[in-house]
Amino acid sequence: MLSIKNLKAGIDGKMILKGISLEVKAGEIHAIMGPNGSGKSTLAAVLAGRDFIEVTEGSVEYFGKNLLEMAPEDRSKEGIFLGFQYPIEIPGVSMVNFMKTAVNEHRKHNGLNPLSASDFLKLMREKKELVEIDSKLANRSVNEGFSGGEKKKNEIFQMAMLEPKLSILDETDSGLDIDALRIVANGVNKLKKPYNSTIVITHYQRLLDYIVPDVVHVLFDGRIVKTAGKELAFELEEKGYDWIKKEVDNQN
Amino acid sequence: MNGKTEVSEFYSGLYTDNIKRIEADSSPFINSFRNEAFEKYTQLGVPTKKNEAYKYSNLDLFFKHDYKTYFIPDKSDFQKAEDFRCDVTDLDAHGVVLVNGFYPTINGKLRELPGRIIIGSLNEAAKKYPALIEKHYGKYAKSESDGLIHLNTAMASDGVFIYVPNGAVLKKPVQVVNLVDSEEDTFSQHRNLIIVGENAEFNLIICDHTLSPRKFLTNAVSEIHVGENSHFDIIRVQNEHNNACKITHTYIHQEKNSHAASNNITLHGGLVRNNTFHYLGGEGAECNSYGLYLADKWQHIDNFVNIDHAFPNCTSNQLFKGVLDEMSTGAFNGRIYVAPDAQGTLAYQKNNNILLTDDAKMDTKPQLEIYANDVKCSHGATVGQLDDNALFYMQSRGIDKRQARLMLMFGFAHEVIQNIKVEALRERMDNLVMQRLKGELSRCASCMVKCG
Repeated sequence: MLSIKNLKAGIDGKMILKGISLEVKAGEIHAIMGPNGSGKSTLAAVLAGRDFIEVTEGSVEYFGKNLLEMAPEDRSKEGIFLGFQYPIEIPGVSMVNFMKTAVNEHRKHNGLNPLSASDFLKLMREKKELVEIDSKLANRSVNEGFSGGEKKKNEIFQMAMLEPKLSILDETDSGLDIDALRIVANGVNKLKKPYNSTIVITHYQRLLDYIVPDVVHVLFDGRIVKTAGKELAFELEEKGYDWIKKEVDNQN
Repeated sequence: MNGKTEVSEFYSGLYTDNIKRIEADSSPFINSFRNEAFEKYTQLGVPTKKNEAYKYSNLDLFFKHDYKTYFIPDKSDFQKAEDFRCDVTDLDAHGVVLVNGFYPTINGKLRELPGRIIIGSLNEAAKKYPALIEKHYGKYAKSESDGLIHLNTAMASDGVFIYVPNGAVLKKPVQVVNLVDSEEDTFSQHRNLIIVGENAEFNLIICDHTLSPRKFLTNAVSEIHVGENSHFDIIRVQNEHNNACKITHTYIHQEKNSHAASNNITLHGGLVRNNTFHYLGGEGAECNSYGLYLADKWQHIDNFVNIDHAFPNCTSNQLFKGVLDEMSTGAFNGRIYVAPDAQGTLAYQKNNNILLTDDAKMDTKPQLEIYANDVKCSHGATVGQLDDNALFYMQSRGIDKRQARLMLMFGFAHEVIQNIKVEALRERMDNLVMQRLKGELSRCASCMVKCG
């Protein structure tokens, strides 16, 4: 599904990703862990198409297509979803209008007619239950005045509406209390289908108690320095990141 | 002062040349204001950038021009207006049309609506209802610094008159359509007088349009009296071409416990200057002053607001928003005056602007003069670009950039539109704003009136 090869990227000439290679197959859940500043969010942003990040080398293929040449909206319509670490507030644009436009753009892309107003509201109701989101939020402006937890739930709600093939969840657990974390994780699990894939970017292991990964990668200083099964997450939780740093230093 | 400049003297000349024709058709009471007003005009003249209140607008662009005539209609003009059937398509309103500031004889010059509400020509009303006119005319539009008020008082002879008696509630709004139409470059002035009694409720919509592609300059004054416990909304929708200049002066005088809202929505126009004055003239009065301006090319849109808290325990709120594209410019000046004994005043002001290009420019200036101590006042102004993060967020959900920009701008503008109480008009305005933002709105096309 996704094939990243030797990806190098940076901002304003400063290298952040220093050669990342990663293969994600249909149905897999990958966790990317790593200390602050290791490049996790930059990787997510490159995959979603943030244009201020400059890719200097390497390639990203998504279902055989060159992902880096695609506009962000086309990536979305092709099934990529980025759950933002800091969801953006959009004053004056209601959740309903926002989602209706997005869903219908996706439908158009797939050769489907736009949803009628009543079908759309029905769909929204269904998906809202999944993340136990307050129905009143739908009538408000996108993320405006939402609490931290509501914003994260809203990301998963949007994911449910758009039914992506590849979801990239950037620090979705940060700032969540344990109840909100469970709701968010349950939402992700309920949306899991045998053929779609998830990349969970996280700092802590606790999210991985709920969303169990097939593969865990450790990103450090712009490189994936370790890849293993889910047990790696526990090891990191126990020992922190210092031993990884030492291992890397020893290799150099 | 400015009265001796070449530009100012041109209009003095128009006065001298036309005053006999003007007076011949006006009531003695309205004529009784003209001499003194003309004297004041000759002292003050046409405002220049040296006048603090006009420092951001170069009126000479439109005033320094040889308008051949001062428009005073004769019978044939009215006949033309008769032929000019305008009706409202989907807006259920009582329609009134002014042609170059004059009330044509469609359905007679005055008409009575249920609830003994009177709508019609100011000139005619001054003859038929002198007591009403004498009580209110010339009482609210006063200025020690703006010569244009006096030029209007000196020369204007017609406009819309509306009388809403005590206790009358008019559910349907009244829509006044100001048409500017001439085969020659034209300067025109009109004068509206709106009297809303006590415990009354009334919504007024004024639409400004140009029909022919000549150079136009309009200087309009509206005096509005809102009685105790009454609710009054005035919504002005401006859609004129780039070679037209519109200057409006709206004086809203509010009595105790009255609620008034003004909303200036400028969709299109060459040079637009809206002066809006709310006088809170009794305890418990409340006003909202809204504005939305969308400009491109060389357009310039300037809103000047003055809120006068003359009595205690009044509330005012200003919200003005603008989107400026290409090399258009805008200005906002919001003055809040709180009199020494106006304790318990609440006064808020907000002006937000989006500049879509590096060449667009906005000047914004709050002006707070507070002489009471138990007062809550706040003001804030922003000038910025569309939020890149918001654009990316929307794109990441599958919405293309063009559409995302439109949605952001529309959402920004809607904050003003949502304050329109008449639902059909609110929806209509949403559509017009969307069309304007898409660049599909030109001149008079697709306005709420269907002409022809």
